[in-house]
Amino acid sequence: MKRLVAVIATLLLVSSAFAIDDGVRFDDPEMQARYEKLISEVRCLQCQNQSIKDSNVSLAADLRREIARMITEGQTDEDIAEFLVVRYGEFALYSPRKTGKTLILWLVPFLLVLFGGYALMRVLKHRMSLPMDSDTEQ
Amino acid sequence: MNRFVWPLIAVMALLVFLVMGLRHGDPRALPSPFIGKPAPQFELPTLKNPEVTIGTNKMAGNFALVNVWATWCVMCRAEHPFLLELAANKAIPIYGINWRDSRLEAIRWLEDLGDPYLASAYDEDGRVGIDWGVYGAPETFLVDPDGTVVYKHLGPLDPVVWQREFVSRMSGGGQTE
Amino acid sequence: MIPEIGQFALILALALAVCQTIIPLVGAHRGDAAMMAVGRTAATGHFLFVAVSFACLTYAFLVSDFSVLYVANHSQLALPTLYKVSAVWGAHEGSLLLWILILAAWTLAVARFSSGLPVAFAARVIGVLGFLSIGFLLFALLTSNPFDRLVPAPADGGDLNPLLQDPGLAIHPPLLYVGYVGFSVAFAFAIAAMISGDLDQKWARWTRPWTTVAWMFLTLGIALGSWWAYYELGWGGWWFWDAVENASFMPWLIGTALIHSLAVTEKRGLFKSWTLLLAITAFSLSLLGTFLVRSGIIVSVHAFATDPTRGFFILSFLAIVVIGALVLYAWRAPALDSDVGFSPLSRETFLLLNNVLLVVATALVLIGTLAPLVVEMMSGGKISIGPPWFNVAFLVPMLPLVILLGMGMHTAWRTQNADAWWRVLRIPAIAAIVLGVIIPLLFYGRVSLMLVVGCGAAAWIVISALIQPVRSLLRQKGTAGITRSALGMSVAHLGMGLFVIGVTIVSAFGVESDQALQPGESIEVAGFEFHLVGLSNVQGPNFSAIEAEIEIRDDGKLVDTIRPQKRQYLVQKSWMTEAGIRAGLDKDLFVALGDQLGQNSWSVRIQYKPLIRFIWLGALVMAIGGLIAISDRRYRAGSRAAEAPA
Repeated sequence: MKRLVAVIATLLLVSSAFAIDDGVRFDDPEMQARYEKLISEVRCLQCQNQSIKDSNVSLAADLRREIARMITEGQTDEDIAEFLVVRYGEFALYSPRKTGKTLILWLVPFLLVLFGGYALMRVLKHRMSLPMDSDTEQ
Repeated sequence: MNRFVWPLIAVMALLVFLVMGLRHGDPRALPSPFIGKPAPQFELPTLKNPEVTIGTNKMAGNFALVNVWATWCVMCRAEHPFLLELAANKAIPIYGINWRDSRLEAIRWLEDLGDPYLASAYDEDGRVGIDWGVYGAPETFLVDPDGTVVYKHLGPLDPVVWQREFVSRMSGGGQTE
Repeated sequence: MIPEIGQFALILALALAVCQTIIPLVGAHRGDAAMMAVGRTAATGHFLFVAVSFACLTYAFLVSDFSVLYVANHSQLALPTLYKVSAVWGAHEGSLLLWILILAAWTLAVARFSSGLPVAFAARVIGVLGFLSIGFLLFALLTSNPFDRLVPAPADGGDLNPLLQDPGLAIHPPLLYVGYVGFSVAFAFAIAAMISGDLDQKWARWTRPWTTVAWMFLTLGIALGSWWAYYELGWGGWWFWDAVENASFMPWLIGTALIHSLAVTEKRGLFKSWTLLLAITAFSLSLLGTFLVRSGIIVSVHAFATDPTRGFFILSFLAIVVIGALVLYAWRAPALDSDVGFSPLSRETFLLLNNVLLVVATALVLIGTLAPLVVEMMSGGKISIGPPWFNVAFLVPMLPLVILLGMGMHTAWRTQNADAWWRVLRIPAIAAIVLGVIIPLLFYGRVSLMLVVGCGAAAWIVISALIQPVRSLLRQKGTAGITRSALGMSVAHLGMGLFVIGVTIVSAFGVESDQALQPGESIEVAGFEFHLVGLSNVQGPNFSAIEAEIEIRDDGKLVDTIRPQKRQYLVQKSWMTEAGIRAGLDKDLFVALGDQLGQNSWSVRIQYKPLIRFIWLGALVMAIGGLIAISDRRYRAGSRAAEAPA
């Protein structure tokens, strides 16, 4: 396992020298916005924990180019997500898809707040039933 | 049981989970989504002769290795002697995908170090690399006679990995998962 | 020789920590005053030896003693002196030693300032802190000895990670650790109270200032880390929801809940068992964070070099500490129930809401951090959970929290008359909504629902935080003014308001643009003209850099000239981006130099970041609020009152 880490470290070092990019520019500002958002939500697989927007390794540059191509071809965000998942798995998406099993993740915050509200209601009900005053501090 | 025991139970569960997580191995290793699926199709010019193309369909009929390599990749140099050994023993046909590289340097590398590949595809802009889900060279895919990806290894091949991960999958038809 | 002294001092510190643990705890159990008194002495000695050990390591760095493995790996002859010092905590072993030093310092502080506490209670607190020290000292000595030798010594070292060669990062870990480790005091107070089974409002009054101080440092530490990430990682973001950030953020969230819950326990004697649980959780999350960061279980941008044996060690220690604490809790907490009621419209209810929402927020951060691991272990597939999820998930509990915060401040304990409440709050509420529309529209020319919500919430917090202090200012002299404690609360909440407005504006109106520039060329971003004058080579002590000179003009008028750099550190051969930033309270203009594209063309990332300073300013104001709160007279008076009968 140590060796693997060494391998990846070497990869990172070597391939970062390959970086070439200036931003992709679309004529359509809406496409541009979609592009910026998409590349900030795709994980750079060669890196530790960075999006392909923030990384200059070669694969990140390739993926940015592919995403730009797919946007120009008129593919939807879902198509692009599917493209990445087929090749790299769900791991490539920083924003878990709102379909299938990963949908649960998006429901968790709401479920927890609801649960918190329920717990709170129970406490309040109990406290309302108690006498309001005993002596308080000072 | 009083409700004040619940935090203890929750923490125990979390700890058990963390112990399992710790034994789980490298968090960076990424399983290939292609395992058990047909190898991605491609058609690329070969490295040595741009006029000739090589692709997935030419690999069918046998177990084959698809090795992603580049001259800028340090670990590719490390695994190269072992690939040559495999080729010399005719253990398995080896196809290369020369990934994001300079054609001239790649050809020189094969001339200097020896060429274990039946053919190397020249993937200049990394398109095919993306189709194969490659994220760091060297990567080696094991493709079965039906053209299904059986295994992917990230990092340099060596005899130990070869015996453990590849040979078993080839003889038994993949008795390990 | 010096490194051996350092190591020996560490071993002696361990021996003293054992004394500091066992003797006072046994003494408190037997009621033996002499044994209890040993705790203080042992804590002082323990601190001194750790300090000697730390000084030895620092010395080894200052004289570049590369026969010490840790120094050889993380320093270099040409490293500037400041970074030679900060390199001491630049990697795992040394930062662990810093952690141990800070824990010893907190223990010493408790020993010094505990004269107002009942003797047995103070002895137990010191004993518990000693136990924690034993764990970390063993961890250092058994798995992470910073004094290990390297034979033969190399001529030069491997250099400090270039990312860490920055003044901001030099002080970030100490601040963060003071906060992290500081929660051990609240933890020790909780354990001590549970051992004796005695817990009253005085307990909360003793615990509060310690908790607040730890929270202040953690606030500053996290803010500094965020600021550092903003200018040093080179990408202009200020929070990435990386595992390492989450590891420090979870204790902060629970610490914040704890501060609020302690207020109820002190004022009203309520929520005792809940407060205890939070005190245990805050420190447990500090330990969990240490585990996550140092075990390599999770992929992170700035993880330490990882090693599974270290992971197992911390996990075992974590298990002993947390399970021990929670067993004690399950045993003692049922007796602490208080039979006091309050009405649904009362300060108690709002503080309870605060606690529920903060705990939910913490749970969400924990889930987001660990869920990928859970999914992988259950199904073998890997998923990522990144900023898009965290940003949404976190908002779900946080949005109600900031709105309730303004109401809670103006609600009375026990019960609040609804009509009076409405009379106080209606004008601020209307003002907040109006400001929520006006601020974005007037200053930034655009408005949306999210902007009204964000700016409105910020205005709401700011206004409601200012009502009390302003009233007490306007009041005639001689009448009762605002207490320090209440003023501290107002100021801290004001900081929260500044933070919210900063986050809202920068995420809505920030502009980011990747461009290609040639010398002599100009480009317009967000109404400003960025003109690349030229590039030059610059030599640093241990790096060489390419420096761009960029003039920023607004309407043709020169605003500033900034000089972003791309540095290559000579030993590790790694490239670092040093952003050029024109900082201002209203906006930052930020240029990071990318790669050379062609012969003469460079990629640059240009950013316009309005009000981003408010994010860190808000954190600073929050910490100042904490400082004001602990200066309240009753913490000093309280300790004196308790001292008198002793």
